[in-house]
Amino acid sequence: MHELSIAKNIVEIIKESVEENDLRSIERVVLKVGELSGVVPDSLQFSLEAISTGTELESAKYEMKRIPFTIKCKVCGNVSDNELGIVKCPVCGSKDTEVVSGNELLISEIILKN
Amino acid sequence: MSVITVERKILAKNDELAEHNRNLLKQNEIFTINLVSSPGSGKTSLLEKTFETLGSKVDISVIEGDVQTSLDAERVANYNVPVVSIVTNGACHLEAKLVQDALSNLDLEKTELLFIENVGNLVCPAGFDLGENMKIVLVSTTEGDDKPLKYPKMFRNSEAMIINKTDLIPYVNCNIETLKNNALNVNPGLKIFEVSCTSGAGIKEWCNWLVENVRTKHSHEKQLMY
Ligand SMILES: [Zn+2]
Repeated sequence: MHELSIAKNIVEIIKESVEENDLRSIERVVLKVGELSGVVPDSLQFSLEAISTGTELESAKYEMKRIPFTIKCKVCGNVSDNELGIVKCPVCGSKDTEVVSGNELLISEIILKN
Repeated sequence: MSVITVERKILAKNDELAEHNRNLLKQNEIFTINLVSSPGSGKTSLLEKTFETLGSKVDISVIEGDVQTSLDAERVANYNVPVVSIVTNGACHLEAKLVQDALSNLDLEKTELLFIENVGNLVCPAGFDLGENMKIVLVSTTEGDDKPLKYPKMFRNSEAMIINKTDLIPYVNCNIETLKNNALNVNPGLKIFEVSCTSGAGIKEWCNWLVENVRTKHSHEKQLMY
């Protein structure tokens, strides 16, 4: 359950990004979670709710944007959504590829109520 | 409604501390390995075999991460290897801050090779940079051959994979070629060792490679994103 320590990091970043008195007016926090980040969205959601209960962040909702695992082939240039973790190009079979997306673990946006 | 765009890495704080650790280790010319595996793969046994084989050729220190007990640290201390134990009290991985604290309790001038034995778990430690030169993932044949496909991030972020318990291959449901192929499909650059901590097979090759890395102070830049 490393999601709990990730949740604590998220709350810290929120507190740094929003003025103290605005914390209660947070409506939604948008997170980007790559498929290869090793984070289980449900566990993260649970951890965030657990540590927000009884705090200024109690009413904040967390939205997780799942980012697919994508690779780009350095030989034929093909970009593909691959089976998780597999770096072989489905077109030419080369393993000389780079991961384009899927590693993300970001706090993206904070949306405040008026 | 107003939107604040943040776009910040959630683990930025950890990564900053890891960078501090990395600089400190570099200044002291210490080659550092973050050893990761499932519970029971044989991390501590591998360390014991490594100490036996390397003897006084290399000055080794160990940071030992345990969830609850310091039993593994005691095993290491039996070899007169300096060891600092981190008991995480339930946490499933080590973080850079814990390693920073542990480093202040080690004699860095008397260390050439540092092993950080992470908590036994193939998921959680994958995302936390500790400031090491490389992660090395240990798997054992008793775990089957599909681990790399189930835990791709860990295998992707590791520089080498050590397959332990090769002496048990006749008795377990593990095709070693399948295991290697699965790992290479996730990380084609992975260096692979096959060892048995029971029979001692393959330990020499592993130790030779270690010594080579320590001697060349192999400290190339990290290629992977966390
Ligand atoms: Zn291709």
